[in-house]
Amino acid sequence: MYTQGLDQQGRPAAKPDALETAEQLAAFQQRVDAEEKIEAKDWMPEAYRRTLIRQMSQHAHSEIIGMQPEGNWLTRAPSLKRKAILLAKIQDEAGHGLYLYSAAETLGVSRDQMVADLLSGKAKYSSIFNYPTLTWADIGAIGWLVDGAAIMNQIPLCRCSYGPYARAMVRICKEESFHQRQGYDILVELCNGTKEQKAMAQDALDRWWWPSLMMFGPSDINSKHSAQSMAWKIKRFSNDELRQKFIDVTVPQAEFLGLRVPDDDLEHDAETGHYRHGEIDWQEFIDVLAGNGPCNQQRMAKRRKAHDDGAWVRDAASAYAAKQAARHAA
Amino acid sequence: MTYDAALLAYVSRLGDNALILGQRMVEVVAAYPELEEELANANFALDYIGQARMFYTYAGELEGKGRSEDDFAFLRDENEFCNCLLIEQPNGHFGDSVTKLVFFDAFYLSLLGALKGCKDARIAEIAARAEKEIRYHLRHNTQWIVRLGDGTAESHARVQGSVDSLWKYTGELFAPDVVDRTFADEYGGPDLEAIHDQWKTDVKTILDEATLTMPEDGWMAMGGKAGRHTEHFGYMIAEMQYLQRRHPGASW
Repeated sequence: MYTQGLDQQGRPAAKPDALETAEQLAAFQQRVDAEEKIEAKDWMPEAYRRTLIRQMSQHAHSEIIGMQPEGNWLTRAPSLKRKAILLAKIQDEAGHGLYLYSAAETLGVSRDQMVADLLSGKAKYSSIFNYPTLTWADIGAIGWLVDGAAIMNQIPLCRCSYGPYARAMVRICKEESFHQRQGYDILVELCNGTKEQKAMAQDALDRWWWPSLMMFGPSDINSKHSAQSMAWKIKRFSNDELRQKFIDVTVPQAEFLGLRVPDDDLEHDAETGHYRHGEIDWQEFIDVLAGNGPCNQQRMAKRRKAHDDGAWVRDAASAYAAKQAARHAA
Repeated sequence: MTYDAALLAYVSRLGDNALILGQRMVEVVAAYPELEEELANANFALDYIGQARMFYTYAGELEGKGRSEDDFAFLRDENEFCNCLLIEQPNGHFGDSVTKLVFFDAFYLSLLGALKGCKDARIAEIAARAEKEIRYHLRHNTQWIVRLGDGTAESHARVQGSVDSLWKYTGELFAPDVVDRTFADEYGGPDLEAIHDQWKTDVKTILDEATLTMPEDGWMAMGGKAGRHTEHFGYMIAEMQYLQRRHPGASW
């Protein structure tokens, strides 16, 4: 899972390195424009490299933190089949994290450094995971809406100009599509079930709808990095274009479920064929980004605790490896 | 005990062991010391839950009363679960988890090896499939107990503590009750005494390599096979079953 909103946050766009010549930059842009893939050993502008490190590591962190809200329902999954599916999904997320850290390492940053940046709070992860999973229906809503929004962002990333990222995304997208169908399937079952189950599904949609729309990041007029990322073909569509596409696909799916999208201003525009939606509460987005979401501290505390609790285990593994190497050398 | 009743009890108990161990393992998802181990833990838990489903489905068929895998998992009370006490123990630290898995996997691998050749075709078939999974689990967890035992002074002390405190739950694995005996006599089931000898040899080898001391056999905790559990168990089941209990008859 990933949010395009991530690449809008944090530090200002990097300035070109003083040692980079106009010729180098032009030649690089020409390769990008010709849709050539940039590979790890190719020359690239420092700002391009830093943008990718930020985006890919944040994407990886999101996969790792995203395991928590879903893991919250593993012990309480209502059937063995659902438990197995959820567990397999969370395992996929861990795998995506591993994949993306490896892909980011090709840019010259170590996984240890990226993890340290996450734990120190320097690096961000997707804000959506700072919302709580309060009922089983939330597991369905995450699959349907959060993975659904992620897919909208990620499909274009399969054509990203940076080869290792693009290739990682091909596999990740296949798995995410599967997750999205599984999430929707949970909601189909709930909506065909008892009155209580359907109410659970509606409540989940009420809570996850707006945060899902925020996953696409600020409106284009307020988007800081978009133009440069578009020119570098890291990004292919604007935040608003992707958000619109998501809404157009998702509203009929809600109707199929018999659920109401919690937006009084939502209406279908017959002329354009698009749904027009109400105002997004950007103050909430800014608050959650600033650390004031319902679960920001809880998510980070759990990640830090897992890391700290594991220190003696990692030390043991290193000590054992050193002993083995010494024995081997002797 | 009739042969049929023994067969049903035996299959359902295999399901209980797999489910309860899997359930304990999912409790620590997103809290493991390394990302690679996170993947391994989820993968192994998935294997156990998959095995539980196969055993429970078969148990439901044997019983013939229309009970599904979920009825076995979610709608039975504590005293109807007959898993061994070892695997229901709380997770503790990473060394506790690894030790528990080494003890159980070393037993379970031998058990599955014997079940492959039993007279009940369905059990034999599930065992053959599960054996491949458990062989890999044991290898992986053995590597970890060796790293911890032969790692730092701290890790050695911690994992020796795990070995010492969990040892009292190993005796039950090999203590046959009427279900084990009937299944052995009528269906060519495992000889637990022979499996115990093998287990001691295997575990001694592993602990030696880990520079850990194998405890002397002392008092052993019993009761899991008869549905008498440790206090932790009720909480675990309550959490696992709550949605099914809260919404009787609902489909998920």
